[in-house]
Amino acid sequence: MAERFRLTVNGTESELEASPDTPLLYALRNDLGLKGTRFGCGSGQCGACFVLIDGHPAPTCDTPLWSAAGKRITTVEGLSKGGELHPLQNAFLAEQAAQCGYCTSGILISAAALLARNPRPTEREVREALDRNLCRCGSHSRMVRAVLRAASEIAT
Amino acid sequence: MNTVAETRLKRPGSLEKNPRLSQWLRVHRDGMVSIYSGKVEIGQGILTALAQIAAEELGIALQRIRMVPADTAVSPDEGVTSGSLSIQDSGVALRRACAQARALLLESAAARLAVPARDLQVTDGAVRGGGRSTSFWDCADDALFDREIDETAALRSPADYGVVGKPTPRRDLPDKIAGRPRFIQDMALPGMLYGRIVRPPHNFAGLISLDDSKVKSMPGLAGIVRDGAFVGVLAEREDVAISVQRDLRLAASWREAGPLPRDVHAWLREHAAEHRVISEKKNVDARSRATRALEASYTKPYIAHASIGPSCAIAQIDGGKLTVWSHSQGIFNLRRDLALALGMREDAIEVRHAEGAGCYGHNGADDAALDAALLARAARGRPVQVQWMRDDEFAWAPCGPAMALSLRAALDTRGDIVDWEHELWSNGHSSRPGRADDPALLAAWHVARPHERPSAINMPLPAGAADRNAIPMYDFPNQRVVNHYVREMPVRTSALRSLGAYANVFAIESFMDELAQAAGIDPITFRLRHLKDPRGRAVIEAAARRADWGRWKPSEGRGHGIGFARYKNLGAYCAAVAEVEVGHDVRVDRLILAVDVGLAINPDGVINQIEGGAIQSTSWTLKEQVKLGARGIASLGWEDYPILKFSEAPAVEVELANHPELPAVGAGEAAQGPTAGAIANAVAHALGVRVRDLPLTHERIAAAISQST
Repeated sequence: MAERFRLTVNGTESELEASPDTPLLYALRNDLGLKGTRFGCGSGQCGACFVLIDGHPAPTCDTPLWSAAGKRITTVEGLSKGGELHPLQNAFLAEQAAQCGYCTSGILISAAALLARNPRPTEREVREALDRNLCRCGSHSRMVRAVLRAASEIAT
Repeated sequence: MNTVAETRLKRPGSLEKNPRLSQWLRVHRDGMVSIYSGKVEIGQGILTALAQIAAEELGIALQRIRMVPADTAVSPDEGVTSGSLSIQDSGVALRRACAQARALLLESAAARLAVPARDLQVTDGAVRGGGRSTSFWDCADDALFDREIDETAALRSPADYGVVGKPTPRRDLPDKIAGRPRFIQDMALPGMLYGRIVRPPHNFAGLISLDDSKVKSMPGLAGIVRDGAFVGVLAEREDVAISVQRDLRLAASWREAGPLPRDVHAWLREHAAEHRVISEKKNVDARSRATRALEASYTKPYIAHASIGPSCAIAQIDGGKLTVWSHSQGIFNLRRDLALALGMREDAIEVRHAEGAGCYGHNGADDAALDAALLARAARGRPVQVQWMRDDEFAWAPCGPAMALSLRAALDTRGDIVDWEHELWSNGHSSRPGRADDPALLAAWHVARPHERPSAINMPLPAGAADRNAIPMYDFPNQRVVNHYVREMPVRTSALRSLGAYANVFAIESFMDELAQAAGIDPITFRLRHLKDPRGRAVIEAAARRADWGRWKPSEGRGHGIGFARYKNLGAYCAAVAEVEVGHDVRVDRLILAVDVGLAINPDGVINQIEGGAIQSTSWTLKEQVKLGARGIASLGWEDYPILKFSEAPAVEVELANHPELPAVGAGEAAQGPTAGAIANAVAHALGVRVRDLPLTHERIAAAISQST
């Protein structure tokens, strides 16, 4: 049965009506129109649908709506502030760190969580932080470089 | 006897099929130029490279170019975006078209200003002469380009290039990195319904029963479409479509087909249907010098596309017209097969390309288009979006074919190869739409009046398919290469990045190292002794130099190896050096690749493709294998089909040869074979034991070690 839910996404409160078991992914994409979070596997194994829930990267494809209500949710659209891209996004552009770009949103989310808790990670720490995200095109090296670049730009 | 028409030289690139200038570009009064290409963006950055070519020949800023997404209603038919041919097909055509367009615009400007064209000064489309000025934009007139392409227009010399040859940021990446809607999966048309398909297991022979009584009253369900064994769900909400799909799967009972081969490689060797000798060289003197013979067999398993975003399509029927949005590689071929499958006229169907997740060959994109069209027939004019689930994609997207290979060679006392034999066994490597009397679209084989499933075929040499790169680039006095084509397919196979080249180069390069070792000669020296092609030698030498090959310091469990090929024997040259560490698993620490693509239109784009190809090939080579079970494909998720992770991905260095004077060739498929050869050779170097069956997993290595002791 459909119920009303209140979600706080990218600092904005919204209301929507859906079944409590609806994966958060579809509420974000189809009810709120935030298409940057993407379906990949439906079982939390690829990272394409990651968002930050209370600051932690989490798969939205197997997070039911009822468990997300009342939490602070940040999607890839929420990484930019006041029309300015996040330093990570600028670094990804500078490094041309993508091929198809489908996994990119989830990787930016994991990287943002990493930099929030560890502003100067080593390359190894970056790789470990991104290990829950899959990339099929083979852009790994560029993305790792981009995260390190963003870290050093934030620091200066 | 040849007629005049038959002896006319073919027009270059895609101009042969699309000879009108107006098919390729349109100049607008607002200072923009629309470029029409039939090639599509599949994550490789092609539209950026084509925009560079157009801007270069028109002599205008890159920002003025608008690349129009391919659409059967407006775009030239350039076949399929595949085979690393987009630069050769579309780039060559656009270069000619834009050169002629510039000449016509200058002529028109000259007439306006009453000044000879040669006295005009032109900067970014602004034209001055005789003290007055005009512009390409003032001269824009569709009638001007309503003519056949004339190939005599002067082309800019590569020495004068200002846009082509410069690293250029991809045009599509700002949206993709900002997370803006860009993919077909992100499209939301007014009134759109969501569809899912209830697919059978891969190895099935029919639908026995389907009890839909439990889901029928589900709120938000808009319909269940059933046509033979094709079952689709339509819903107002995507999550409802998925949950009904899940329930119906549990409720469906499928008749299973006969058992699949237990050992697919043995099965291929036994089932060989058509044998073809594709290369033969004989030199009796050289053969008489043979003193030592070696032979070895290699295998490659079925490999999955495994794109991160499953296939998707949108379809809408409005009156008698069907519009389909698809991330297909070949929108015209898809339209043809949709017409066959739906019993419609082609001119009642429009296929529009929309970008999808990474495409590495013939995946489920075309199939999803027919799925969406079949559901749209029940949607009363509303658009329907279908996205496959992860297990649909693994179970039903065609696999890259399994292959078995046997190589034999003989050495003389100097350590030179005097005889070489290469045999391969494989299903066909292409079952793409648009080529057969029956539609090559999945749902067409499951509906109540099913079409025959076409067998995968092989395209002819020199590009080849299963036999792509089976003929070695090395110079051997005696040589025999045989392709055993197996028509019957245990599972659906089709084109996957580099086709047979991946396995053929893996086998050739592995065997070259086995021979080098037998001859007691360094692998680089050994290759150079057998290779005359100067560009091939140059990339091998460049990779060896960059890797500091000669100064390798041996240590326990570490090894390095080389691999080389020229893609299709007529495209990009690539040599790879791999440095590995073998513990419980193989870890590739570093890959060094040297590449020659002739003129690199967008050098950073080429490097990105080579890096990506090398890392994807590392994943194939170390980890990937589609598992088969009683119900067909048993690898249905990432847990059954692991791919390379960030912590496992090697550092990659790419060195690009600079040859602006040579024709540009594609880069997307050059690295796969050489990388596999390099890794296999590095593993053998590290262990002193050769693993000949892909992937090079812990189990395979342990088995090879136990056999050798």
